[in-house]
Amino acid sequence: MSFSTELLIKVLVVLATAPVMALGLTLLEVKGSAWMQRRPGPLHVGLRGFIFPLATAAKYLQKETIIPNDVDEPVFKWAPAWVIAAVVGLFTIIPLSPTLIVRDLELGVFFLLAISSISTIGVLTAGWSSANKFSLMGGLRAAGQLIAYELPLILSVVGVVIQAETMSTVGIVEKQIEFGFPFVISGQGIAFIIFMIAATAEMMRTPFDMPIGESELTMGFFTEYSGIRFLIFYISEYINLFVMCAIASTLFLGGYHVPLLPTEWVNFYGPLVLIGKTFLLAFILIAIRWSFPRFREDQLQTLAWKVLIPLSLLNIMATAIMKVVF
Amino acid sequence: MEAVDIFSYFLLLLLLLSGVKVVTTSNVIHAAIFLVFTLATTAVLFILLSAEFVALVLILVYIGAVIVLFLFGVMITRAPLGPNAELDNDQNKLLAAVISLSIFGIFTYILLQTFDSTVVISEGTSTKLLGEILLSRFVFPFELVSFVLLGALIGGITLARKDNALMDEDQI
Repeated sequence: MSFSTELLIKVLVVLATAPVMALGLTLLEVKGSAWMQRRPGPLHVGLRGFIFPLATAAKYLQKETIIPNDVDEPVFKWAPAWVIAAVVGLFTIIPLSPTLIVRDLELGVFFLLAISSISTIGVLTAGWSSANKFSLMGGLRAAGQLIAYELPLILSVVGVVIQAETMSTVGIVEKQIEFGFPFVISGQGIAFIIFMIAATAEMMRTPFDMPIGESELTMGFFTEYSGIRFLIFYISEYINLFVMCAIASTLFLGGYHVPLLPTEWVNFYGPLVLIGKTFLLAFILIAIRWSFPRFREDQLQTLAWKVLIPLSLLNIMATAIMKVVF
Repeated sequence: MEAVDIFSYFLLLLLLLSGVKVVTTSNVIHAAIFLVFTLATTAVLFILLSAEFVALVLILVYIGAVIVLFLFGVMITRAPLGPNAELDNDQNKLLAAVISLSIFGIFTYILLQTFDSTVVISEGTSTKLLGEILLSRFVFPFELVSFVLLGALIGGITLARKDNALMDEDQI
């Protein structure tokens, strides 16, 4: 198979998988919130609420695209593209099994951190180009938050990289299989908690949804978006949720493998195990979203700079010392 | 000509066009976005030269941090929508052309003199090699640079922050 055919097939598979996963997580979110807060819509309407995500997508697809007068049109129109390109690009390094991965990059984890930082540009330009004070406020809050929480995200992963001695995602999972326990039990528990908190903040989900804050900023940086562009922001939020939870399961929870299952069969159960772990993590984040109020802006920054970053630096130090001692 | 060659010439053309747009556009945010394209094209060129680490550092540090901070700074200070007349200026076009051409000439000369089609790394990955060199042969410059950056950071904070404690001491 030539390189270009292989590339085309991989791109098509990723483009087909990403929206399906987003659809699944949307369903989990609306059903979960309905179950926790007794919302009749997603629980009873239309095939017991299962029609809900499809109906949402269909609704936004047939809505008119409204572009306000004063916006900076090219920047405004292309802002969603940055966000979705960044989140879909991360599918490259998610290993569903040792072989079922787009490309097992040697610098996998580093690739993750580099590519995920691109979406900040989309958020910022969306907020700025909307020519709307609330959107600008949302964009600025988002940028401040994304810059602050990118550091603990990166630093918490460094501990895993030190312990696994590799940056390749498949290599990290293989190391955990070899070790017998996933990294969350064997040394990186604090890093896992830091990673999940930072990832929640990067995804701008409650309790870190200051940039969106629908009750004060009316959706923040995407107030002015409608139709398909709003749908792109909405979908990329759930694709991002999937990607972040999948990467957290890969780095900390043993990825496509669970202890006691035979490693020869990993190509068969691998995808199911990883998607199962991902949806479990996503469910925890959804439960958090529907139970907690949002942070105040200064509390949010304090948490990042004064708690999470020093803690993750300590974690790196401890891991490095353990690595040298043992 | 191989497909890779055609692709890299196309990338170079793209790099040149977006580089020209960065300096000619009179909208600050547009300039920043064209700078993102310039840096992204450079990153792709580095990947074609099998220097993935440098490419990813370009994306992480320049696109993910420098440009974001730049956009953040522009937006938090005044954020003008539309073109900015101050950015159009016709002064010193000749001087600018001379300076940029001579920088281009000097770099081309030095690079050709030093490397001229010698393959430094023929196989394996450059990342591991880079890490080993950074922590062995170049460990002193590496530490020195981090020290300078730390100094710059502390200096920046000192200049920007109106620390109440310090002000009280001055007033006494």
